Amino acid sequence: MNVQKPKVAFYWCASCGGCEEAVVDLAEDILKVVEAVDIVFWPVALDFKKKDVEAMEDSSIAVSFINGAVRLSEQREMVELLRKKSRLVFAFGACSHLGGIPGLANFWNKETIFNRAYHTTPSTDNPDGIVPQEEHTLDDGKILTLPKFFDTVYALDQVIDVDYYLPGCCPPKDLIVNAIMAILEGKLPPKGAVLSPNKSLCDDCKRNETKPEKLAITEVKRPWEVMLDPEKCFLAQGIICMGPATRTGCGERCIEANMPCRGCFGPTDQVYDQGAKFLSAFASILDTNSEKEIEKIVDTIIDPAGYFYRFSLPYSILRRRRMEAVK
Amino acid sequence: MSHEAFEPKIVGFLCTWCSYTGADLAGTARMTYAPNVRIIRVMCSGRVDPQFVIKAFHEGADGVLISGCHPGDCHYQEGNYKALRRHRLLSKMLEQFGIEKERFRLEWVSAAEGAKFQQVTNEFTEQLRKMGPLKWNDGGKDECAEA
Repeated sequence: MNVQKPKVAFYWCASCGGCEEAVVDLAEDILKVVEAVDIVFWPVALDFKKKDVEAMEDSSIAVSFINGAVRLSEQREMVELLRKKSRLVFAFGACSHLGGIPGLANFWNKETIFNRAYHTTPSTDNPDGIVPQEEHTLDDGKILTLPKFFDTVYALDQVIDVDYYLPGCCPPKDLIVNAIMAILEGKLPPKGAVLSPNKSLCDDCKRNETKPEKLAITEVKRPWEVMLDPEKCFLAQGIICMGPATRTGCGERCIEANMPCRGCFGPTDQVYDQGAKFLSAFASILDTNSEKEIEKIVDTIIDPAGYFYRFSLPYSILRRRRMEAVK
Repeated sequence: MSHEAFEPKIVGFLCTWCSYTGADLAGTARMTYAPNVRIIRVMCSGRVDPQFVIKAFHEGADGVLISGCHPGDCHYQEGNYKALRRHRLLSKMLEQFGIEKERFRLEWVSAAEGAKFQQVTNEFTEQLRKMGPLKWNDGGKDECAEA
């Protein structure tokens, strides 16, 4: 093993595996990465164990890339361990950056989620009503344990100190390569930076040219309800597109596929709360001054919180539904 | 704490042209009204970013009031219409967070309507007193720290 090479770790928490795919999707570029660094921990691909990490000296890993939100006590334990062993921690992807899709569970709590998953879904087959327990003693006295399932899902920096953020679901290849090169060349921006341009998606969107001077929405439609024009601004078509409140740098993968932006890159640095900011912009372009008409249009927006905070609920100001109101 | 003894905290965003002047009129006319509203003067009800409202609830407000010029009277032509649209959509969204829509009010108060400001404040305070405190939890942070 070449001692000169910086040590790198990858870890996943509450995530879908897409971020791991994103690393593999570097394709031949991954060879450059592998040549330049020494991967010391990567559960999805390499057979290292927790005890191997525990045996390392503190701050001996140059950088840990952690994807996924924190929803279990085990994940918290692992990210705390990696924080201790690493000089830099990167929140990799929307879930660790903002809470991501798993963060939508913050509209419920442990009890309601377990009730749904283990009792009431149409496909649940659980005649004895068994629910996972944190601890179970076998007949021979052996104790089995499971991690604690939190009521709330957390973004990574709500649990440990994070140095940099790679946004996206999943982060695009060029941003990953740029970040790795910046680490290797020692050209990282100040701590806390989101490694993608600090402007909104609309700034880069090709469809911006087709946006009328004054956007005016009289009816909100969902993408499957209409034949989408492949060139026209989505908002001008009455389709909710998160572009105005979302950071750019994604390469407009969704727009290219004729789907509106869903907001996975999170807000720009000037915004605290992506959902509220989008709501502000969106409500103001509804094209009516009549109270009745406004209410009629608002009725057609089925799930505003779920839509506007699709990736950022744990990272929003309120973070979750009020506990007392969860039923 | 019983609801009788509970004093609701209300954050009120008042536009400088109409409602703030209306509130001032209530004061100079020596009308008494509930002292529960913490008034924040803004240039226009259309200036009230939904983030302000959400932050107010998060920081301990039991109710939030936005007050501006009557429809058609906005100093900036249509700022109050923007406030109206945002209010309706934000009310719906706040309910998804477990914040009842009765806790978030939009009222039109002109510069001449000191009495209306008095009435709105008193009514809103009484309504919130009946509803009880919002007690916003801060996302169960402790649960994760304790685990």
